[in-house]
Amino acid sequence: MQKINRNVLVEKAVSLLENGTVCCVLGWKKGEFDYDITPAVFTTKEDIEANFVFDDFCGANFSKYLVQKTRKAEGKILVFLKSCDTYSFNQLLTEHRFDREKVYAVGIPCEGMVDINKIRAISGEGISSVECGEKITVNTIYDEKFEINASDVLLERCESCKSKLHVAYDELIGEEGEVLESNRFDEVAKLEAMTPDERFAFWQSELSKCIRCNACRDVCPACTCEKCVFDNPKSGVENKAPANEFEEKMFHIIRAFHVAGRCTDCGECSRVCPQHIPLHLLNRKFIKDINEFYGDYQAGAEVGSRAPLANYTTGDIEPSEVFDGRGE
Amino acid sequence: MQRIGVFVCWCGTNIAGTVDVVAVAEALKKEPGVVFSANYQYMCSQAGQDLIKAAVKEHNLTGIVVCSCSPRMHEATFRKTAAAAGLNPYMVEIANIREQCSWVHKDVPTGTEKAIILGKAAVAKVNLNVPLTPGESPVTKRALVIGGGIAGIQTALDIADAGFEVDIVEKKPTIGGKMAQLDKTFPTLDCAACILTPKMVDVAQNEKIRIFSYSEVTEVKGFVGNFDVTIKKKARYVKEELCTGCGACTEKCPMKKVPNDFNLNMDTKRAIYIPFAQAVPKVATIDADYCNMLKNGKCGVCSKVCAAGAIDYTQKDEFISEKYGAIVVATGFNPISMDKFDEFAYNQSKDVITSLEFERLTNAAGPTAGKLLRPSDGKHPEKIVFVQCVGSRCDACNEKGKEYCSKICCMYTAKHAMLTRDKYPDTDVTVFYIDVRTPGKNFDEFYRRAVEEYGVHYIKGMVGKVIPDGEKLIVQASDLIAGKQLKIDADLVVLAAAIEPDKSARPLATMLTASMDTNDFFTEAHPKLRPVESPTAGVFLSGACQGPKDIPETVAQAGAAASKVIGLLAKDKLTGNPCVAQSNEMMCNGCSTCERVCPYGAITYEDKEFRMPDRSTLIRRVASVNPAVCQGCGCCTVACPSGAMDLKGFASEQIIAEVDAICK
Repeated sequence: MQKINRNVLVEKAVSLLENGTVCCVLGWKKGEFDYDITPAVFTTKEDIEANFVFDDFCGANFSKYLVQKTRKAEGKILVFLKSCDTYSFNQLLTEHRFDREKVYAVGIPCEGMVDINKIRAISGEGISSVECGEKITVNTIYDEKFEINASDVLLERCESCKSKLHVAYDELIGEEGEVLESNRFDEVAKLEAMTPDERFAFWQSELSKCIRCNACRDVCPACTCEKCVFDNPKSGVENKAPANEFEEKMFHIIRAFHVAGRCTDCGECSRVCPQHIPLHLLNRKFIKDINEFYGDYQAGAEVGSRAPLANYTTGDIEPSEVFDGRGE
Repeated sequence: MQRIGVFVCWCGTNIAGTVDVVAVAEALKKEPGVVFSANYQYMCSQAGQDLIKAAVKEHNLTGIVVCSCSPRMHEATFRKTAAAAGLNPYMVEIANIREQCSWVHKDVPTGTEKAIILGKAAVAKVNLNVPLTPGESPVTKRALVIGGGIAGIQTALDIADAGFEVDIVEKKPTIGGKMAQLDKTFPTLDCAACILTPKMVDVAQNEKIRIFSYSEVTEVKGFVGNFDVTIKKKARYVKEELCTGCGACTEKCPMKKVPNDFNLNMDTKRAIYIPFAQAVPKVATIDADYCNMLKNGKCGVCSKVCAAGAIDYTQKDEFISEKYGAIVVATGFNPISMDKFDEFAYNQSKDVITSLEFERLTNAAGPTAGKLLRPSDGKHPEKIVFVQCVGSRCDACNEKGKEYCSKICCMYTAKHAMLTRDKYPDTDVTVFYIDVRTPGKNFDEFYRRAVEEYGVHYIKGMVGKVIPDGEKLIVQASDLIAGKQLKIDADLVVLAAAIEPDKSARPLATMLTASMDTNDFFTEAHPKLRPVESPTAGVFLSGACQGPKDIPETVAQAGAAASKVIGLLAKDKLTGNPCVAQSNEMMCNGCSTCERVCPYGAITYEDKEFRMPDRSTLIRRVASVNPAVCQGCGCCTVACPSGAMDLKGFASEQIIAEVDAICK
């Protein structure tokens, strides 16, 4: 359960809207189902009071929305940022993707968001309603009722939360957290321990599920190119269904390369994947390698930091050492 | 559609020996866009070039593919040929079917197949080539010489002599380098100081030359003709412009136990010092590690005795920015550390010394005032053993030493042996060697004099071990010619330590983007034909930083480097490279990644208005490249996350077309 009540955020949003600090609010609202919380833009007090939601399903990271929203907005935009979202926020600022002056950022505490798929694994299909309280109460169309601890069904990225520290905000609600000791690289280490054949088989099995819906790309805060290579007819990979093995792998591998060094490990790609592909593992492998080769680096920890892959120091590891040390 | 002509060169038998040139010409004729194809014995000859010119006219060619040697050899030639025929020179592509094909393959079928593939790739690229026009950039008419040894001194003097300004950056408090530490020089045996110090004075007196002593280069930006260099003038706590070099401070300084690095720590100096009598600039320097005033604020004697008021304990490192058109690297060498060579007991016995230490022991300005005395007890050594190739010519698997020959050791050892026998005929001198290498003018005669006239014992064989035994040293060695093991006594053992590039060279190479070999010697642009130029335009090599050299060779190379610099500085404008980056503004995200990776500072950002499809206006931040500054390195094109940055002449599209042609 989230420590902070929805009403606190509604009050904050309404007061900032009413006193003219901001002209619109980026927040969450209910979707088709209780667990289907979607991002929304609110411009009126009434809309906020009626539809603004904050519960255990508010995983969406709003940072990326600022790229487009700030271009059009007349005034400032209020955005609520969980600690993990603030890293994406800073990374986008590093890349000059939006005007900081046009944003009013409010940091909010987060106890971890839950994964509906993990709930489904307990309750089975046919969820009719979900209520977030001390426990998560799940009702199904078969008149079954489940009471589940949120901590048992957290999103993978929240289980291995890397930081409760907000690295950017204009105003913070609640208490400041700190950078956590995370076990987020354990899964990567397991992949590294595999033989190349095993690893190939693992990724082949995972990536072959891809339906090329582009959700991972669309949600990714690092994927903000004016024109995406996958939308470019000349690229030869534009909006293409994964017709063969090569294409299904290349899409994700190209994407991982494109965001390497810029990915903050916000975990949105895996959260939104309808095929439940653990896409974050590709990015985490890059992050782990970068940390090991060039020293710890967290994209978005500060604005303007130079990612090791786009930087050069005389102390950098020689390519030959990379190969000798890790070549297979 | 291009109209492409393909010209396959035989290069005598260099290519035609392993490549069926007729078959290559025939095969490429079928490639898209190719309208003419020919082969000829020497395409680079006048007749070959005329063939190309005639074909351009006759077949209205718009692009040319020359299948020949490496573009490093003749790309410029064929570009000029194209220009003479009225084509844009950048419509020429070279398929390297010599170095990358005929020379590496042994049989004709393989060579021919590969030559055809390389030709196809070049044709695929030319199909996408567009005419390019180079820009021009100005030349800063001043040179920087890094290192103030004999190499740097000679280069600076020669450049200044041609009328250009030169700055020397020397990390030690004085110029002079290793040569200033030597006693006599082979093969003529004139005194090193007698021939070097006049040159040092020339440098000091030359109006065109500035010396930044006790200074280091910390940052290099820019490119040929327009380098921006930051020089760190280390705090020497003495105002250079006031110090007269009278030496009063160095006599009165109470801190007497400072190791004297000029004498290789065989004696001591004061905490404020002038390295040697003929130092240039003759200015005192305070060693901050030893000065009591700087360490704990107690003393100030030098300040009291200085009549000129030159002492300044508050001095700080100073950073100076200067512009240069050319940079000469003259960072020199050092003997390798003997720490790993325990078998020679260098660290166990004071009487095992290196040859450079021997130079100081025989130098009149050295710790023993030129008397050859044992460091341990100050007695005259009666038996001296010289060991050559210590750390030189080692096996690749031997991690202690170097694979290369240090080149100078045979000669200086012969010199040491000869001088010892000359001055102290009662001394018994033995030299252990692997080979004696004396290929220089009057070198072999010199060595033979040591053996024949001076009676130096030369024994072919390596020393296995030196064992300190009381006052003596026992030398265990093999005599390969007699085929026996030797055990001889010695009072002094002199090790001809291998030489290696100065440690400052590696970080400097990084700053200069100049390449180095595995031993950290700077690589020349061409080992035979461009020996004093680095592959990085505007960076030149002088002296031992490029490889082991003796003084005559160093001076010759220094002069050669100077002449190359003069040739560059004499130009008012340099024709740029039109293969520069350009940003596709429609795709640019304005993320600044390219700006951060650009080594030349060629990329800036601007807010630009864009008309959107719905007729609204959008202001976006986009990259723009300054073509005069861009060197076409391509860093930005690979760093750009959105693929907006591309390199003219090497566009991603062209490279993919080449790869496709190869993989088809």
